[in-house]
Amino acid sequence: MRITRGFHGRGQASRDPRLPPGQYDTGSAWPVLTAEATPKLATDTWSFTVEGLVEAPTTWSWEAMHALAPATFQGDIHCVTTWSKLGATFSGVSVDTVLAAARPLPSATHVLAFGHTGYTTNLPLADVTVGQAWVVWDYEGRPLPVEHGGPARLLVPHLYFWKSAKWVAGLRLLDHDEPGFWEQNGYHDRGDPWLEQRYQGD
Amino acid sequence: MTDQPSPVPSLGGWQTATVIDIHPETPNAKTFRLALPTPSPHLAGQHYLVRLTAPDGYVASRSYSVASPPQDTVEIELTVERLPDGEVSSFLHEVVMPGDELEVRGPIGGWFVWRGEAPALLVGGGSGVVPLMAMLRLARRTGRAHLLRLVVSARSPADLYYAGELPGPETTIIYSRTAPPGWARPPGRLNRDDLTAALAPEATTYVCGSPGFADAATDLLIGAGVAPGRIRVERFGPTG
Repeated sequence: MRITRGFHGRGQASRDPRLPPGQYDTGSAWPVLTAEATPKLATDTWSFTVEGLVEAPTTWSWEAMHALAPATFQGDIHCVTTWSKLGATFSGVSVDTVLAAARPLPSATHVLAFGHTGYTTNLPLADVTVGQAWVVWDYEGRPLPVEHGGPARLLVPHLYFWKSAKWVAGLRLLDHDEPGFWEQNGYHDRGDPWLEQRYQGD
Repeated sequence: MTDQPSPVPSLGGWQTATVIDIHPETPNAKTFRLALPTPSPHLAGQHYLVRLTAPDGYVASRSYSVASPPQDTVEIELTVERLPDGEVSSFLHEVVMPGDELEVRGPIGGWFVWRGEAPALLVGGGSGVVPLMAMLRLARRTGRAHLLRLVVSARSPADLYYAGELPGPETTIIYSRTAPPGWARPPGRLNRDDLTAALAPEATTYVCGSPGFADAATDLLIGAGVAPGRIRVERFGPTG
């Protein structure tokens, strides 16, 4: 550990234990970080698809998604740019619900989440099952703002937030890991904030 | 977003840089010139992380864009805007002096980069001009300034970064609140006419600034007929 001359910071003692290493609490702010132009997606043409290595490839309309069993996540989100947002509430459906309908084949090991903009991000299948991932359209009881991925985004809060694809269009199940947009640009393939897996090789 | 990015060199670990020089760009921005013990070539548009460590082990790190062009690799320049209540930017502005050591890691980023080969339109607001400055410097040094058009928005002449170096045939400077006496364009927010004059059909567009500026600029660009897939955006949030 190399101490920076003159730096005392905001103090380790007062640090919220919910913050992973190297993260700070952004409080009520929710910074916007996007590499693309913010798209304007209408809910009447929006869709969500599960495809690839599944028995029953399925596409849901906005209404059909809302007819699935609702689910809510309350907890913390962590951006690789070092902010964390604590105690956020999102509502939508569990990824388990849409996977149960599409029925992954035994050979499926990974997913590539893709957005309506062409954004992609890769995840092990095990990171989006058993209550760890959602497709969400409500934030704090209100429609998810477009700059934060509305009308709907993926939510995988135990990984860095670039994995929670904005403007999500679907999941493609694969039998191998296929790096997505940021992962091809030097970011980590898994992105566990508690292990500080920020960049390739971390 | 259909371009496949070229591979980015793998990122090294943290290194201890020495602050060589600090100079102000505006009342709220300073440029830090750092000497790197383990230099690594960067691409115009990439950024570095700066990490501060307190005696009790508390750590804070933030990302800052490289302003210097890729040919300078032993030393790099990071321009840092001082943000209200910015834990790291305030420390860099108030405490750090030449001779100090700072832990840095980089260069980072493979999307918001210009490799100096293809036509590009650069649109920057406020501190968002920093990564674009690395691109402009690269273009001028390599005799390829004709490939670039740069549109920069600043609140007033005092808020314009790199004021002595920016002006040139490839740059358009607009002032949103206060313009210098005799400036042809009246002060006001970026508008479609500002961008239309700089459009080139085959150019990749790089937009950098606050979220509000970036959204306004991308809306104007799309309204002017630029395909969303040709627009790359870097938003500078209140993360400093």
